Amino acid sequence: MSLTYHLQVVNLLAAILLLIAFAMLSQRRIVGLITLFAWQGAALATSTAIVAWSTGQHHLYYSAALTLALKVVAMPWFFFRLVRQLEVDREVETMLNIPTNMLIGIVLVIFAFNLALPISQMAGTVTRSTLGIALASVLLAFLMMIARRKAIPQVIGFLAMENGLFFAATSATYGMPLVVELGVALDVLVGVFVLGIFFFHIRETFDSLDLAHMEKLKEH
Amino acid sequence: MTAGIVLQVAQTLLALLLAPLLIGWVNICRAWLQGRSAPPLLQPYYSLRKLFHKDATLAHEASPLFRFAPYMIFACMVLAAAIVPSLVNDLPFSPAADVIALVGLFALARVFQALAAMDIGTAFGSLGARREMLIAFLAEPALLMVFFTASLISQSTELPHIVERLAHQEFAIYPSLAFAAVAFWMVSTAENARVPVDNPTTHLELTMIHEAMILEYSARHLALIEWAVALKLYTYSVLGIALFLPWGIAAAGDYTSLPLALAALVVKLLLGGAALALLETINAKMRLFRAPEFLGTAFLLGVLGMLTHFLLEP
Amino acid sequence: MEIYWVIGIPFVGGALLALWGNRAHAPEVNAAFSLATFIAAAVLTARIIADGPIVTPNEWFFIDPFNVFLVTLTAFVAFTTALFSRPYMRIEAEHGRVTAPRLRLYHASYQVFIGMMLLALTTNNLGILWVSMEGATLATVLLVSLYRTPSSIEAAWKYFILCGVGIALALFGTILLYFAAEKVLGAGGTALLWTHLNGVKGELEPVVLQLAFVFLLVGYGTKVGLVPLHNWLPDAHAEGPTPISAVLSGLLLNVALYAVVRSKVLVDGALGTTLAGNLMMGFGLLSVVVAAFLLKRQTDIKRMFAYSSIEHMGLITFAFGMGGMVANFAGMLHMTMHSLTKSAIFFAVGHATQKAGTQVMDDIRGLIKTNPTIGWGLMLGAIAILGVPPFGVFASEFLIITTAMHEHPWATPFLLTALGVAFAAIFGRVQPMVFGETELPRLPHQPALAPVFIHLALVLLMGLFIPPYLADWYRQAASLLGG
Repeated sequence: MSLTYHLQVVNLLAAILLLIAFAMLSQRRIVGLITLFAWQGAALATSTAIVAWSTGQHHLYYSAALTLALKVVAMPWFFFRLVRQLEVDREVETMLNIPTNMLIGIVLVIFAFNLALPISQMAGTVTRSTLGIALASVLLAFLMMIARRKAIPQVIGFLAMENGLFFAATSATYGMPLVVELGVALDVLVGVFVLGIFFFHIRETFDSLDLAHMEKLKEH
Repeated sequence: MTAGIVLQVAQTLLALLLAPLLIGWVNICRAWLQGRSAPPLLQPYYSLRKLFHKDATLAHEASPLFRFAPYMIFACMVLAAAIVPSLVNDLPFSPAADVIALVGLFALARVFQALAAMDIGTAFGSLGARREMLIAFLAEPALLMVFFTASLISQSTELPHIVERLAHQEFAIYPSLAFAAVAFWMVSTAENARVPVDNPTTHLELTMIHEAMILEYSARHLALIEWAVALKLYTYSVLGIALFLPWGIAAAGDYTSLPLALAALVVKLLLGGAALALLETINAKMRLFRAPEFLGTAFLLGVLGMLTHFLLEP
Repeated sequence: MEIYWVIGIPFVGGALLALWGNRAHAPEVNAAFSLATFIAAAVLTARIIADGPIVTPNEWFFIDPFNVFLVTLTAFVAFTTALFSRPYMRIEAEHGRVTAPRLRLYHASYQVFIGMMLLALTTNNLGILWVSMEGATLATVLLVSLYRTPSSIEAAWKYFILCGVGIALALFGTILLYFAAEKVLGAGGTALLWTHLNGVKGELEPVVLQLAFVFLLVGYGTKVGLVPLHNWLPDAHAEGPTPISAVLSGLLLNVALYAVVRSKVLVDGALGTTLAGNLMMGFGLLSVVVAAFLLKRQTDIKRMFAYSSIEHMGLITFAFGMGGMVANFAGMLHMTMHSLTKSAIFFAVGHATQKAGTQVMDDIRGLIKTNPTIGWGLMLGAIAILGVPPFGVFASEFLIITTAMHEHPWATPFLLTALGVAFAAIFGRVQPMVFGETELPRLPHQPALAPVFIHLALVLLMGLFIPPYLADWYRQAASLLGG
């Protein structure tokens, strides 16, 4: 271990990110899921800020601030409000049983680590070893989206996936060019806004946010 | 060498003394957190004294095994408490302090406990034994995974080496230990019959696990078992400290830092006990059939810890 | 600086319509903005043909013959669709299926959607390409659920989630691409600029690019509607308003495919193998075959033509996967033909379903009696899309299949079988709808179907005779893409 301490902290945060991804996978309550999502954003923002500080990549400060503002404050607040307005805050989700989910999750993690190994060896960044974790969080979020049957958890899975991608960008390349990152953030923001409207439509039409009602359009 | 033996004896005695205090402290914290008036700190001692003064009642069907079991369990726990480094590293018993042996020691105690519980042939005893074995069957692999993660870092399964590596060499953050720590907490709650897997204060037939096994015991047998339970909690706490917060343990042969080590141990135990009480207060006991899921998660976290070690700590 | 006009007009239009899109004349304003965009695009095209590829001084935009042809196509179909949507949406509003605020949303989103697609086509930055692709999805999600029926909401949800996941994978691909590029070009803004990347593509790390391409193909491929990631497409087409089905099918799929092809050029340069091409051929062929066999089972007319879009996008992907001058040429020609024909079909279908009050094919009968214009429009469109000569689709399909026979003979039986099955399925369905018996009276008024016949006339013209300058232009573009 010849890494400096702040990079070890980044590694630790990466591990926490993965831990949160797993916790999300096993979380049944929607409110708990939102909290976990906020924590994941916080871990992400902190690690981005540390990378920015230790490598002198100043544009990463903006990314960190953006993450903090959007994913730790704005979106969880928005989701909490939504959950209250839609009165789904006590809802417990039925889904694929959790141990199976977890096992698939482990397999995905191993797959992601292996996939990332050759790439991270090529990377010139000090944070390269976290690329595997980033990829693993993306895949875990993906799994979560597949396993969930309710609208809000699916969207949180989608956003968690975006978190993982963002982390991948930071760890492999110290982040994308700023203009791209701003664009991505804008897209995500608009996306969440559109979804907010959408939730109300779903709710209005189906009287529930349970996507099990949405099974009309199947292949005949 | 003699100093080593003296210290070894001292550390073991310390464990015997501190263990009931730890239980007392956890109970106090829990009472505070739940807004009840707290029992005195020495309450576990009072209970032990009371039990030792009573006459033992034995069931007619009890075999010698039933009477022998408490001593066996107590001995196992004392040995376990003796070999886990708490004050000083690398004592005379240290060569025995292999993590796999430690898991075996716990398993031995558990087997006797379960056999004794079934010995009388009451429904509760068998039920408790069965539940206990189910939990243990799931908890042990998870515990081993936690140990393996720590061993991977130090390249050794011997506790003194692990502690030496973590406490006395260049400081480094090991992300894999974050996973291991969470898994360890989950396993310890199961192994020590604490919330959320079991509730040490309940005697409700539907939910109790550990208490169901010791219903038939009384007087000195019960005292030994209660003391062993306290020792087990103490051993797990010290083990957790050794693996995840080892700073402060005196290095081998370094007797000048003993007072500091003692102070560090006490502070860490106080904090750990408070944390345990807090976790027990905010968590509810889960239904028994959720326990496999809980421990399965612990196991997976242990595996994740190992994987993370390979990825992040080359 | 026509390029700024091309991008700017739709966004300005979107902003204006967001404010006044519920006024009575909003459809005309929408069409006017689309016309202005088309004129700007035409001027831009003229300049590219005259002067060759241009890069704006700030390197934000890059236009070469390949993307300018798509820009023109997009602007043109967007304009004709705006013309079509003018009466169509009025009638929908009269039927009470949409309210004034929703019409405002519709018009504003329509312009933003067109703007996003044009931005995706012209940007030089692969990151911005991603951003605008996602923007195009977001602009249309609420359009798919415009009618607020349970199934339209379900379709929109599926569209959002599936495309969201796909686009997230594409983002990972883009990150990997940036990661490989950064080593050669250095960190910062230039490493994602296509013009720079294209210059150094031989030096990019092959292992990383390989992986990047897989992610990009799967990601953008979801948007193209490649099997097995096509699930959103039939639903979104069937449940959204017909003008949106027309632009989704005719334009958005093209733009997504454009992103894939751009990535392929880079990856081919870096790898020096046919991996990218093979992957595209595989996905393309699978889409053609699966979609053709699913066509037969459709009962909803818009769903059926949505599957036909999957089939044709598969065919185009296959063509670009083969690579080489002829296949690229054929691919681009087919893109053009498919866009024009499919949007024409959707226009005709839109009127047909509006008049019949249903999208179920069994309930639509005898269009030729009730309304000959719609009947002939649908029939000719179906014949054109099925690749009957002398329509242009025949020419491009013929080129693709002969090239496939020449270079990948194993694929030909699959292609021919699929095309045959698709022919039987679509023709078998359309024929009774147009010529079947009906008791319904002849409709009193004529629908405005000028866009249908303009498109079909163009397709017919291109099938009979491709003007030399056009052929030359396509050839230039095809050679840019390489093998």
